[in-house]
Amino acid sequence: MERKELICICCPMGCALTAEIENGEVCRVTGNTCPRGDAYGRKEVTNPTRIVTSVVPVRGGTSGMVSVKTASDIPKGKIMECMNALRGIQAAAPVRIGDMIAENIADTGVDVIATKNVDVLQRRCGG
Amino acid sequence: MKKELVIIGGGPAGLAAAIAAKENGVNEILILERDHELGGILNQCIHNGFGLHTFQEELTGPEYAARFIEKAERLGIEYKLNTMALSITKDRKVTAVSAKEGMFEIEADALILSMGCRERPRGALQIPGYRPAGIYSAGTAQKLVNIEGYMPGREVVILGSGDIGLIMARRMALEGAKVKVVAELMPYSGGLKRNIVQCLSDFDIPLRLNTTVVDIAGKERVEGVTLASVDEKGRPIAGTEEYIPCDTLLLSVGLIPENELSKGIGVALNHVTKGPVVNERMETSVEGVYACGNVLHVHDLVDFVSEEAACAGRYAAEYLAEKRSGISEREVSRIPVIAGYGVRYTVPSSVSVDRMEELLTVRFRVKDVRRNCFISVYADNKRLVHIKRPVMAPGEMEKVMLKKKELQAYKTADSVTVKIEEAED
Repeated sequence: MERKELICICCPMGCALTAEIENGEVCRVTGNTCPRGDAYGRKEVTNPTRIVTSVVPVRGGTSGMVSVKTASDIPKGKIMECMNALRGIQAAAPVRIGDMIAENIADTGVDVIATKNVDVLQRRCGG
Repeated sequence: MKKELVIIGGGPAGLAAAIAAKENGVNEILILERDHELGGILNQCIHNGFGLHTFQEELTGPEYAARFIEKAERLGIEYKLNTMALSITKDRKVTAVSAKEGMFEIEADALILSMGCRERPRGALQIPGYRPAGIYSAGTAQKLVNIEGYMPGREVVILGSGDIGLIMARRMALEGAKVKVVAELMPYSGGLKRNIVQCLSDFDIPLRLNTTVVDIAGKERVEGVTLASVDEKGRPIAGTEEYIPCDTLLLSVGLIPENELSKGIGVALNHVTKGPVVNERMETSVEGVYACGNVLHVHDLVDFVSEEAACAGRYAAEYLAEKRSGISEREVSRIPVIAGYGVRYTVPSSVSVDRMEELLTVRFRVKDVRRNCFISVYADNKRLVHIKRPVMAPGEMEKVMLKKKELQAYKTADSVTVKIEEAED
């Protein structure tokens, strides 16, 4: 049996987990103080995932950039691919939290959505 | 201009305080915010992990801020953006300035200080060398990348492993920079454990403990830094120097509450937190002036800022209600709350058994990493609380609850002491 030491990242507690692995499958997780730790331990060994956050430029808005995130977690191995796919993408004001910014990013089946409201910049006319 | 309550700073603390005050019957509230939007530092904290305690879901900084901003808007709380409070007086007159309105004065019946904190700059660090471009505080770099959309450099060394340093290590790596190392003077990281996993381990960024920067090379632009190991007193050890080429040095070396306004009216400050001394009502040493959030003591988690600030808002509302109904400030006797063995500080610093609620949260930090120890609270020599904790670290704020019914018998105690006790074998 193989053991893998992990630190749970589900919350700030940061529990020290031990995952016991048999035949490539997690048979037991110990050290967790809640059910989320158990689920994290199993997933982290077999298919680690992360939420990716970044920013993209926004045209005509009160801010020049709008913050974005993957709508759910994506495989850890896809993080840089996701970042590359975001390069070159622009949003246009107005943007509301939850608006789709990029569909099916890096073929993960997950969309990238806005995490900030950006209003249209009202340009004042002279005279 | 007259207001019942003026709140200085529209970040997470100011927003939560304003909402709680409004919900507790204060009508005329004004938030002064010097940025062009509400939300404070959350606007540049685009990473996720906020709100697990408050909303039971994981939000990014801007999303967390938006929840509070929308609520404040719904409640009709007034705020002024691009407006800087210049000074306050003991009788709660606020002088502020904005490009739109010029300089103006507001008379307030109560004030809440929620100005947040500032990063400790390079100047506070005694690193020799020239002053080349390419040295940034981590928060400045965060603003450049996340708000302005500029990358401050390509090859990065980070000094300090507090949460902002860790978060920026990942952020720079995501944007294609090579983050060569995070150096930490202390034998432990100052950041949350989960940030070490998802910001450093995920990106194969090494963390070097007991290490500092002893020299910065480059005259126009940073060309490299020299790292050295330090002894137990934090002094560099000769012969351990290692030169690391880089074009950028980020400093994440601590946050300091920004209390210039508080000092102006003689608010008593705690020399450990550098924030105001407050009682169980979040009230400073000046009557009617309250403090909450990072201006009071630097937090790790915004959820606890919101919680603490809501208390300040509620107590300010109570104070205003008492004032309206003609109740003058009663003579209240308070017991000092003392940071005992292993504890750096406590917030609050005093408690009135009569005026406290059924439960009082006392927040504190431990002095160093502790395993299998107890958090104990004593009223004089009587132990009231004794809770086992598997691990405690200075980087993670702790709390302990005091019960009114337990303290009733100790109204005349000389002190209430929070301390760490070793497990008895």
